[in-house]
Amino acid sequence: MNIIVCIKPVPDPQYYDKVSIDPATKRITREGIPTIINPVDKNGIEAALQLKKTYGGKVTVITMAPPNAVENLREALAMGADEAVLLSDRAFGGADTLATSYTLAKGIEKIGDYDVIFCGAESADGATAQVASQLGEWLTIPHLWNVFSLEPQDDKALHVKTKVENGSMEWAVKLPCLLGVARELNKPRFISAMGIIKAKNKPIAIWGKVDLAVEDERLGLTGSPTKAGEIFTPDLKRKGEILTGTLEEMVDTVIERLRTAGVNVQATTKACDCCEGGGQK
Amino acid sequence: MTHKIWVFAEQVNGVLDRVTLELLTKAKDLAGKLEGKTEIAAVLLGKNVKGLCDTLADYGAEVIYVGDSAELDLYNPMLYAPVITNLVKEEDPDIFLFGATAIGSELGPTVAAQLKTGVAAHCVELRINENGLLVSSVPSFGGKILGEILVPDNRPQMASVKPGIFVQGEKETREPSIHWLDVTDLKAEGLPLKALRIDKKEPKGVPLEKAEIVFCGGYGIGSKENWAKLETLAARVGGAAACTRPVMDEGWSPGEHVMVGTSGKSIRPKVYIGFGISGATHHICGMKDSGLVINVNRDEHCPVFEVSDIGIVEDLNKVLDQLLMTIQ
Ligand SMILES: Cc1cc2nc3c(=O)[nH]c(=O)nc-3n(C[C@H](O)[C@H](O)[C@H](O)COP(=O)(O)OP(=O)(O)OC[C@H]3O[C@@H](n4cnc5c(N)ncnc54)[C@H](O)[C@@H]3O)c2cc1C
Repeated sequence: MNIIVCIKPVPDPQYYDKVSIDPATKRITREGIPTIINPVDKNGIEAALQLKKTYGGKVTVITMAPPNAVENLREALAMGADEAVLLSDRAFGGADTLATSYTLAKGIEKIGDYDVIFCGAESADGATAQVASQLGEWLTIPHLWNVFSLEPQDDKALHVKTKVENGSMEWAVKLPCLLGVARELNKPRFISAMGIIKAKNKPIAIWGKVDLAVEDERLGLTGSPTKAGEIFTPDLKRKGEILTGTLEEMVDTVIERLRTAGVNVQATTKACDCCEGGGQK
Repeated sequence: MTHKIWVFAEQVNGVLDRVTLELLTKAKDLAGKLEGKTEIAAVLLGKNVKGLCDTLADYGAEVIYVGDSAELDLYNPMLYAPVITNLVKEEDPDIFLFGATAIGSELGPTVAAQLKTGVAAHCVELRINENGLLVSSVPSFGGKILGEILVPDNRPQMASVKPGIFVQGEKETREPSIHWLDVTDLKAEGLPLKALRIDKKEPKGVPLEKAEIVFCGGYGIGSKENWAKLETLAARVGGAAACTRPVMDEGWSPGEHVMVGTSGKSIRPKVYIGFGISGATHHICGMKDSGLVINVNRDEHCPVFEVSDIGIVEDLNKVLDQLLMTIQ
């Protein structure tokens, strides 16, 4: 079974509270934040390695990213992937999900033979959750999103479960197919020292525009129907009044405020008398 | 020329998702901002779904396109997307809104890829600019950054919105114009993707999104026992208990349906009381539209106090027990 996993290097989401907008340049500053493999993409790598264990074959990881993404690909190889492809070209820059999925599709067509493609359900930074479905459309193969359970029937079909609000859906899908995976699917393995050593000799191909059979007008900013407008940081600040007094006093104050806010509270507190008639009934 | 604003009417087992009515309400608002004639339409696919048309009309749909077929009973992107794509090609809507639900988050971009147009994902605000274009505000970096997205040259301008972001408006009785789609040739048989079943269980108690008061537990609660205390408090005042992501990951709370934040639910109760929450934007994003916000945290420098109206610097165990003693 030949399996392809799409990964995306993203700024580590643990540090997103440090992201800000530079007032002078109006650009997002994320200095000092390490770039990692998008967390849920690792669940895709794990799923691929498990399928390979059962059915044999090859696992190829692919990303469309700037040249330094080689490091992230190397990490995926250290997890156990066999080969890696980096799609990198200035012409790919500024791509929205449609242009990104188009470029990935062209890279995957060049890789050629595949049975299953895994993507993370969404990326931590943009989190549009759209690339998986759109990649499936460019490749005209069946695709599912939010996959949390996966059972191969044989080497030609999978039984898949996807998450929906308050429940799940079950599917039978024939290969080749594409699955956008949720983090509940599995627990990605850690990298071993042996894995790191082996990864050093695994191939990483770097392909630019000229290596792919692409239509220029579908790439990058030009190929993106969505355009970015203004960016800003939402103001989430509130009054931040810190209560003082004994525990009992503070809790009584809270109950009084709940009543003022219109919540019907039955309580055995002094607050009962002091807010009689005061709260919105 | 009539501006057409469409909403995908998401239903499962004959029950409309609440986001559909929230989107129709927003569609009316957008229509009011556009110059010239406007028409709001809903696209409804499923089996025996005609009964939902009245509700769709009451909340704003003037036109309803109904695709009714046994083959459309269970959602399947390989059946739903082509029906919608063909309809869009015939009718050429200007704006098309989807719920950023599990189904909508897949169907929206799938349709967009077939039409080669753009979708702004999980928007938190939609408006019309001076050129009559849809401007969608989209959070990124866990909600730390808001960016505006436009689709200037392609149609429809698509956007998805999570349930709970917009408020459902008032009902107004309206006689919709119903257009039946020809779906007689649709066949699930033979497709490489087959939907087998859908299981949905409505969680018990007051649904989080309807609760007027929410008791939210963060990682600081430390145990299932404390989660149970939040539920007890919630039950006493007719509210609901909620949690941050680490609490769900630890298995202290019953699951994703009570998790609040960018990857969870968006809520706007009258009162939100948080216990042991540090105030990460990932979480705050999902509750920022709450009325009164109170937080209990033992760390006086905790950033959560900046996004609270009232802060209590104290061990949450003590505060929980005192609340339990006081609230009957
Ligand atoms: C891609 C991605 C998506 C995410 N989406 C979400 C999301 O949708 N929702 C979400 O909530 N999170 C989400 N997160 C996680 C988010 O980044 C934060 O890690 C999380 O919100 C922190 O949860 P917390 O505040 O409960 O825990 P912590 O940050 O660990 O804070 C615990 C707090 O409890 C206090 N505390 C501890 N013990 C006590 C005590 N006895 N008494 C009083 N105070 C005490 C501490 O002082 C501390 O401030 C996401 C993360 C990623 C990477």
